Amino acid sequence: MTSSLATPATSPAAPAREGYWQHLRYIMAENPLTGISFAMFIALIIMALFGPYLVPFDPVETGAGPALTPPSLTHWFGTDHLGRDVFSRVVVATRLDLLISVSAVALSFFFGSVIGSLSGYFGGWTDRIAGRLMDTIMAFPLFVLAMGIVAAAGNSVENIVYATAIINLPFYARMARAEVGIRRNAGFVQAARLSGNSELRVLFGHIFPNTLPPMMVQISLNMGWAILNAAGLSFIGLGVQPPTPEWGIMVAEGANFIISGEWWLVVFPGMALMLAVFTFNLIGDGLRDLVDPQRRT
Amino acid sequence: MNVPLLDVQRLSVDFNTRKGIVRAIDAVSLSVAKGETLGIVGESGSGKSVTSYAVMKILDRAGKITSGKIIYGGMALQKIPESDMRDIRGREISMIFQNPRAALNPIRKIGQQVADVLIQHNQATRAEARGKAIEMLQAVKIADAEKRFDAYPFELSGGMCQRVVIAIALACKPQLLIADEPTTGLDVTTQKAVMDLIVELTARFNMSTILITHDLGLAAAYCDRLMVMEKGRVVEQNPSTVLFQSPQKDYTKQLLQATPRRDSNVRDLLPKAMLDKTDPLPESSPPGPPLLTVSHLKKSFGKPGSENHHLAVRDLSFSIRQGESLGLVGESGCGKSTTSAMVMRLLDTTEGRIEFLGQDIAGIPASQFASHPLRGKLQMVFQDPTDSLNPRWSAERSIEDPLKLLAKGLSKAERKARVLELASLVGLPHDLLDRYPHQLSGGQKARVGIARAVALDPQLLILDEPTAALDVSVQAVVLNLLEDLKHHLGMSYLFISHDLNVVRLLCDRIIVMQKGAIVEEGDTRAIMDQPETDYTRSLLAAIPHPPASQTSTVQGETWHDADSR
Repeated sequence: MTSSLATPATSPAAPAREGYWQHLRYIMAENPLTGISFAMFIALIIMALFGPYLVPFDPVETGAGPALTPPSLTHWFGTDHLGRDVFSRVVVATRLDLLISVSAVALSFFFGSVIGSLSGYFGGWTDRIAGRLMDTIMAFPLFVLAMGIVAAAGNSVENIVYATAIINLPFYARMARAEVGIRRNAGFVQAARLSGNSELRVLFGHIFPNTLPPMMVQISLNMGWAILNAAGLSFIGLGVQPPTPEWGIMVAEGANFIISGEWWLVVFPGMALMLAVFTFNLIGDGLRDLVDPQRRT
Repeated sequence: MNVPLLDVQRLSVDFNTRKGIVRAIDAVSLSVAKGETLGIVGESGSGKSVTSYAVMKILDRAGKITSGKIIYGGMALQKIPESDMRDIRGREISMIFQNPRAALNPIRKIGQQVADVLIQHNQATRAEARGKAIEMLQAVKIADAEKRFDAYPFELSGGMCQRVVIAIALACKPQLLIADEPTTGLDVTTQKAVMDLIVELTARFNMSTILITHDLGLAAAYCDRLMVMEKGRVVEQNPSTVLFQSPQKDYTKQLLQATPRRDSNVRDLLPKAMLDKTDPLPESSPPGPPLLTVSHLKKSFGKPGSENHHLAVRDLSFSIRQGESLGLVGESGCGKSTTSAMVMRLLDTTEGRIEFLGQDIAGIPASQFASHPLRGKLQMVFQDPTDSLNPRWSAERSIEDPLKLLAKGLSKAERKARVLELASLVGLPHDLLDRYPHQLSGGQKARVGIARAVALDPQLLILDEPTAALDVSVQAVVLNLLEDLKHHLGMSYLFISHDLNVVRLLCDRIIVMQKGAIVEEGDTRAIMDQPETDYTRSLLAAIPHPPASQTSTVQGETWHDADSR
């Protein structure tokens, strides 16, 4: 075609596309807290992956030092009532705690999004049934429900994961339903239908990816929450069993010694728990900025 | 000459953005005399809204007035504190925004919202506020104001909501009214009613008005003086008549030219420089056999017999021949979008036949049509180019999507080649293909949408107000592109719009719809020149036109200027 219309009428006004790393750097610089949370997140990952190789003592070995010694140069976080090194136990516990929370969140994110997307997109009976199901879960005090599930299904790490996933399900389902609902009749959805996409393809290929930015925030907030939940279950004696190092159990065991002044048994695992939760809460906003292409101006 | 009511001197506003500081308006000076109407005209990004926001001091956090003076009635507004500014807003200077529904609080009764302003500015006590609010509602010609006082915004039409917004803006009898695109999104007849109302009220209260608009026709019809802005600068400032008769600057001339007039054809809208590179309009070939025949089409919503049962389309019949363009014109709620959705097979019909290429497709459920062989032959260009592109997909992926799903047997490399071919066809530079929609301009997004629609060589393309969200100069280019594509690819168009002036440019025949039925049908020329029904006449009369007689001289001068350079 020789028409002038084939030549661009508008010169490319926007500058060349930014690379992913530049974008990451920009997001870090814009909000220093995001940078800090990313650094802490990386530290957590390293601890989870390489914890057992990094620590100075075997975390379950009793008598690594004299029992109940306060923090010193040999035992940075002191030792517990069986003479185990608290520092080693806190670091090694990261893997288990992250594993539980990541798998629980992944499960509830997956199933919650599917249920929520379907009910948001199709409405009608799908929506009604899924909605009441979620209401039922929400009707129980969530921690009590998790306790009940673990107690009934058996005391294992998998069951802690399932229980945590189930009690988090409604949050993802509701969010996915709302986010899909507002985009159901958007122009690009109609256009996708015209391009020959089947209903399910429209939903999961076009609409769902657009709901990811808010979902990311939910995921990271939920991660912190899932860690707390797993630790809480261990604290009351469900799920992870001693002598496995796990922050919840360590706090539970250490609680007996606070009165007699051995504070380090509780404070260090507690701090680790707090920092982990803190990291995940902070990282949410940064993650959203990363996955939202509109922020990549 | 006496002191102007508002005097803005060399005002500059900077915005803090990711790419550093951006100057939104640069040394803008303007003045408005008492009782005068100033029009600020410009395309998107010209800084016309920022100027008014700066005057009201309602710039958002990233924006800052860096230099210049805003003198209103002897007060330097740029210096006074926020607490005093609050008194001035609403009582001295008022503003009407673009989207009336968004400007009203959705959960508060409209009368109450008018009363709030009166109480806020001590114009009425609580006891008398209701009475005064009703007076205001009567002033903006809301019928049965006493009863409507208790209505919520969602119960009113867009035009009614805009009247309420005007009532709120004028409740305290301000000296200056700033109307920022007050009629965008309203039907032409409603636009005329709202604008006439603004003019009548401002004259009655002896107020000054600043009308911000992208529509030169509207500005010409209602403003004493016009100021043309481009990229944050004032291009030209002149009384309306002077500006239209002898525009001084190239940009103004271009803008004037791109605005459709009653007698212009689609090529007239292009600037001279571009016209040189464009082939003349091809001879339109006589239309072929019928491509689409719609007979006795009906659509109802809600259960029959129930209270919210509503017939959106009643007994509609029309046909489109191969190579023909049919315009479907009507105001919002007339059923034109419902009709197009049914023809496009995005919506199930209640009754009637839709025959496309000899096959009745009305019976195929909309949810199954996606995989139908005729899907690729029946495509659509959507109204809002931004909304119609997946924000997470690059332009290339959007264009490729239909090829992937419906053009079976194309290899990855063939698809890629086809996307490049399509991009060239619609004039989209290839280096823009990996951009996301928010990184493209409105015109570029429109091109992506068109490329996607024509990817499968459709025979019928429905154009749903394809230029409604675009600036006039971009509209001119896109309309020409569509006209060329039609001849080049041998498509038929069903052009849906509320704007007869735009429809006229592309269509051979026009159907005028009202309340779900056809009011008038005929050749474009016949409808435009000798409308038979009052409804069509009122539609035509409501379109604001830039003075038409100067067209030829304007063009002559433009060409002369361009030649001599």
